[in-house]
Amino acid sequence: MEIIEYIQLVFSDYTLRTITLGTAVLGAVTGMLGSFAVLRKESLLGDAISHAALPGIAIAFLITGSKDTNILLIGALVSGLIGTLWIRGITSKTHLKSDTALGLILSLFFGFGMLLLTYIQKQPNANQAGLDKYLFGQAATLVESDVWLMTFVTGLCLLVLLLFWKEFKILLFDKDYAQTLGFNTKFIDILITSFIVLAIVLGLQTVGVVLMSAMLLAPAAAARQWTNSLGKMVFLAAILGGSAGVFGTAISATQNNLSTGPVIVLVASVFVLFSFIFSPKRGLLFKRIRLIKNRNDLELQKTLAFMYHIVEDHDDTSHPHTIRMLNNFQGYSRKGLRKLVDKNYVEVEGGMWSMTSKGFKAAENLYNQNGKND
Amino acid sequence: MEKIAVKVDDLTVAYNYKPVLWDIDLKIPEGVLMAIVGPNGAGKSTLIKAILGILKPIAGSVTIFDKPYKSQRKHVAYVPQKGSVDWDFPTTALDVVMMGTYGSLGWIKRPGIKEKKRALEALEKVGMLSFKNRQISQLSGGQQQRIFLARALVQDASIYFMDEPFQGVDATTEVAIINILKELRKAGKTVVVVHHDLQTVPEYFDWVTFLNVKKIATGPVKDIFNDDNLTKTYGINYKVSIQK
Repeated sequence: MEIIEYIQLVFSDYTLRTITLGTAVLGAVTGMLGSFAVLRKESLLGDAISHAALPGIAIAFLITGSKDTNILLIGALVSGLIGTLWIRGITSKTHLKSDTALGLILSLFFGFGMLLLTYIQKQPNANQAGLDKYLFGQAATLVESDVWLMTFVTGLCLLVLLLFWKEFKILLFDKDYAQTLGFNTKFIDILITSFIVLAIVLGLQTVGVVLMSAMLLAPAAAARQWTNSLGKMVFLAAILGGSAGVFGTAISATQNNLSTGPVIVLVASVFVLFSFIFSPKRGLLFKRIRLIKNRNDLELQKTLAFMYHIVEDHDDTSHPHTIRMLNNFQGYSRKGLRKLVDKNYVEVEGGMWSMTSKGFKAAENLYNQNGKND
Repeated sequence: MEKIAVKVDDLTVAYNYKPVLWDIDLKIPEGVLMAIVGPNGAGKSTLIKAILGILKPIAGSVTIFDKPYKSQRKHVAYVPQKGSVDWDFPTTALDVVMMGTYGSLGWIKRPGIKEKKRALEALEKVGMLSFKNRQISQLSGGQQQRIFLARALVQDASIYFMDEPFQGVDATTEVAIINILKELRKAGKTVVVVHHDLQTVPEYFDWVTFLNVKKIATGPVKDIFNDDNLTKTYGINYKVSIQK
């Protein structure tokens, strides 16, 4: 399918439009909130919350017998919040570290949820089919009202972020200090965690329990590579999350039998991979290039310094010397000598080299600079 | 008699049944530059954190200028240990110093031009003005410590609590920091510092508290900084040559 054709289809086809909008909004809100989770080193919190939501969905179905999304998601919200509170309780009341607490709650709630799901599936009730879609998500079931709900929560989240921006920032950076300034850190903490839980629950229908945490982490981890400002990071994470939703939906809609949720997560992962390699400041590629460049520069400086030592004993600093004597020096290479010639620091003529006045000055500066740094 | 800046009564703190601070009574007069010394695990940082309400004590009370600490937060500034935060956090030196203004701003209100000016002044005081836009992970340990100090200076408090401000800094930074602390004392502020280097106590401080779970002694350096108290605190026969 042509790209233009696809874009036209997004605008004309109700289902495709709903899914595209829904996944874009979902990606944006999870990206935003994910930045906070990542910076608090609570990356796994999202995973624990989404798994903890599963028994809530099952119990909501058992009680009401209804498969209405909103009712099931309220169940998910309640059990997700209970899971979060237990994690907080375990870490503050026992010796256990937070990773242990997260792992415990995640497996406990998920195990219980799976147990309930299998129990429900054995019921002689024709209505029970399809609950397992919350495991891996099914974007095709999104309807317009779902998108409105997501948009409302995203707007609310944005408002709270803008209002409490400085409170969130100081809580993330230095919680104890924030407390001495008189801020109720518990309140800020609960506020941000509640929104994370809410965003995760909203995404369960689309992406599912198992992969939901990737929506939270991937855009934030990718965004962190490109900027050193919290504001820009949150903004960029929202953009990346939204794009992952749009592109993921497009790929899954144009290829047969590709489930939307996993494709979105894969697109987000590609963003992460790309950012880890290509970001100019923190990326692996440019780090490597900088390392090699620095090493070459240093070799060059060492060669120049060695030449300077030979030259400085002579009255005429441009007096030629044989290239062979450079072979005694470890850092010497033909390539290095060529570079020095290119820079007009050295002149080479028939197996002899001589230092230019420009090279002599550069070598002198080298020493002055080193002296200053000591 | 001089005014008492900080008064601690019967303060007891425990982690899981093990007492870390036991029945501490402490009076810190206004305008002193005081070191808290003691061996590792003596509860020095814990004492500061308990005074500031970061840790909940089992028993005891803290008053600042004769009023409960909670109503006096504006008079108190805190410099945490440098290692207590993640310096890879995406923000700049200036932004961290600005956090010192958040307390006086209160909820929701954002820092403006006035707050920025105060932060820049503090940065200049600690000699870090040219680093204001530097990403904090790009700062050296000594520079990070200066940033923390600047953040506390911005608070313009009467009492400063500092948790090991000399830890891992070079000689130049140490001199710069102690000069600022002495300036604070000259301006009538009270400064309480968790300190490790016993040799520099007589040179830097005029008041000292010996702590090892219990309070061993507190008073002017010239009166109580002696081998007897050092031995009681550190449990070994400690001898320092004190320049009086």
